[in-house]
Amino acid sequence: MIPLSWILAFSLALFFIGLFGAIARKNAISILMGIELMLNAVNINLLAFWRYLYSAHMNGLVFIAVVFAVAAAETAVGLALIISAYRNRRTITAGDFDSLKG
Amino acid sequence: MPTVNDFLLILPEVVLLIWALLILLIDLWIPDTKKYYTAVLSAAGLVISAGCAFALLGRTGSAFSNMVVLDGFSSVLSILFLLSGLAAVALAYDYLKRNAAQRGEYYTLLLFSIAGMMLMASANDLIMVFLSLELLSIPLYILAGFFRPRLASEEAALKYFLLGAFSSAILLFGIAWIYGSTGHTDFPGIVASIDGGRANYLLLLIGAGLLLVGFGFKIGVFPFHMWVPDTYQGSPSSIGAFMTVATKAAGFAALLRVFLVLFPAEAPIMAGILWGLSAASMIFGNTVAIAQMNMKRLLAYSSIANAGYILMAFVPYGNPVIAQEAVSSALFYLLAYALTSFGAWAVMIALEPAESDGLLLQDFSGLGRKYPWLGAALLISMLSFIGVPLTMGFWGKFYLFKTAVDGSQIPLVLIGLLTSLVSAYYYLRIVMFAYFKPGEPQIQPGRWASVVAVICAAGIFVLSFIPTPVFQFAAQMIMGMK
Repeated sequence: MIPLSWILAFSLALFFIGLFGAIARKNAISILMGIELMLNAVNINLLAFWRYLYSAHMNGLVFIAVVFAVAAAETAVGLALIISAYRNRRTITAGDFDSLKG
Repeated sequence: MPTVNDFLLILPEVVLLIWALLILLIDLWIPDTKKYYTAVLSAAGLVISAGCAFALLGRTGSAFSNMVVLDGFSSVLSILFLLSGLAAVALAYDYLKRNAAQRGEYYTLLLFSIAGMMLMASANDLIMVFLSLELLSIPLYILAGFFRPRLASEEAALKYFLLGAFSSAILLFGIAWIYGSTGHTDFPGIVASIDGGRANYLLLLIGAGLLLVGFGFKIGVFPFHMWVPDTYQGSPSSIGAFMTVATKAAGFAALLRVFLVLFPAEAPIMAGILWGLSAASMIFGNTVAIAQMNMKRLLAYSSIANAGYILMAFVPYGNPVIAQEAVSSALFYLLAYALTSFGAWAVMIALEPAESDGLLLQDFSGLGRKYPWLGAALLISMLSFIGVPLTMGFWGKFYLFKTAVDGSQIPLVLIGLLTSLVSAYYYLRIVMFAYFKPGEPQIQPGRWASVVAVICAAGIFVLSFIPTPVFQFAAQMIMGMK
């Protein structure tokens, strides 16, 4: 069986790829994709811990389902906001949203 | 299986959520010219829910297999959230009409968000912390962009959403490590696992750090503040006012409970980080606010500084005696800050014309002469922000500083005092414009915002004569925590 540490390393790498994407990307959709990668890393992390260490209880699995559902709701709202902004400005580049500053 | 008793313990939240769903339906049959029915209905829902919360005051217990607890801490904060919600409804009514944005969803989303905050204050499980954080955030993302297709509002919502989702992901990652370290997500289980020596200390520490980052975004402390000014400026002003008070209080509720219950052992390391966050927020918020000429941005930076003040008392939380005192002074300060902040925002909303991104400080010129009541409300709010005696702000800061001194955080207290002096400059400049510069400000139609301003100012003044009973009440309510 694959050791737990490998899976944790994988999820850590995935988290940081997502983190980098969310910080470095300019496009709002790409930022959202980066955030989704971070959430996936969380799920892999939870699942690995549950499977290897705590499979006697269901709480880890339940948490993963909760994360899925909430992430979907959040993305739905986020995409709606992005589309609404796109209709107005014809751009979704984060750097172009600069009317508020001071 | 959940029993009736479980539902009774979260009765205020249940009432509020059902009421919000009903309003969503009823609003469909209310014509656009009669939207005040929706506002009155949602205010009634908030009052009923507050009545339930008052009835449960003093009761304790846990429900839904330890997912939520009811104790004094959660009851007091629930009432604070509900009253903030009432203020947000009152501020919104005329303001939305003025801006031709009288849509009933505003009130439904507001009620959902408040229910999320109340659950957050009583969360006793990390799953619940995450769920209630999202329940409070997702409606606020929409409310921040409520004035779409106005560019500023859309931009505020997008920035709030992207940073909010980002911070939720970090918070979740922290929860995942804590789960990995202890095998539990419920607070009693985690505590038992730590006490039993079964928890991996390093993983727990990483989890605590990531949780702190996630909460830091919600309360808007210094390195995690980038969304605060833009979001408060671009959102509808009534939502800006609500967010400065209620979202911050909800973030603090979760932060205080999670750290007090789960991480007392990590206090030596966490205290250093909290110290840095607190000092940086006080210095940054107060100095950058000096340069602001837009009232909304100024209040946003002031809110960053105020988050730093509350955090100051919490730095020595590893000591159980200080921790009790820190939580009661934080509750007291949140009450003082709620009155002060709503007072200042209400004066601004009373004067704010349609289609504006917030008044400039010059727009307050002549306010004191033309509208003495509003001018007095503004004056009292600003004095309370600074912490001048005879205001609640003074007592709030007094208790926070006292707690920090008791926890021997003298350098931090000095930073707090010095930055309060700096803050006097920009708060008094607003008063200077209102009283010593000639001008003709114009109150916009509708009197609800002025009413809120005067009530808040009266509260700041009157309650400042009885600080000890209020503080004792807060201290007594949190006795049963844990």
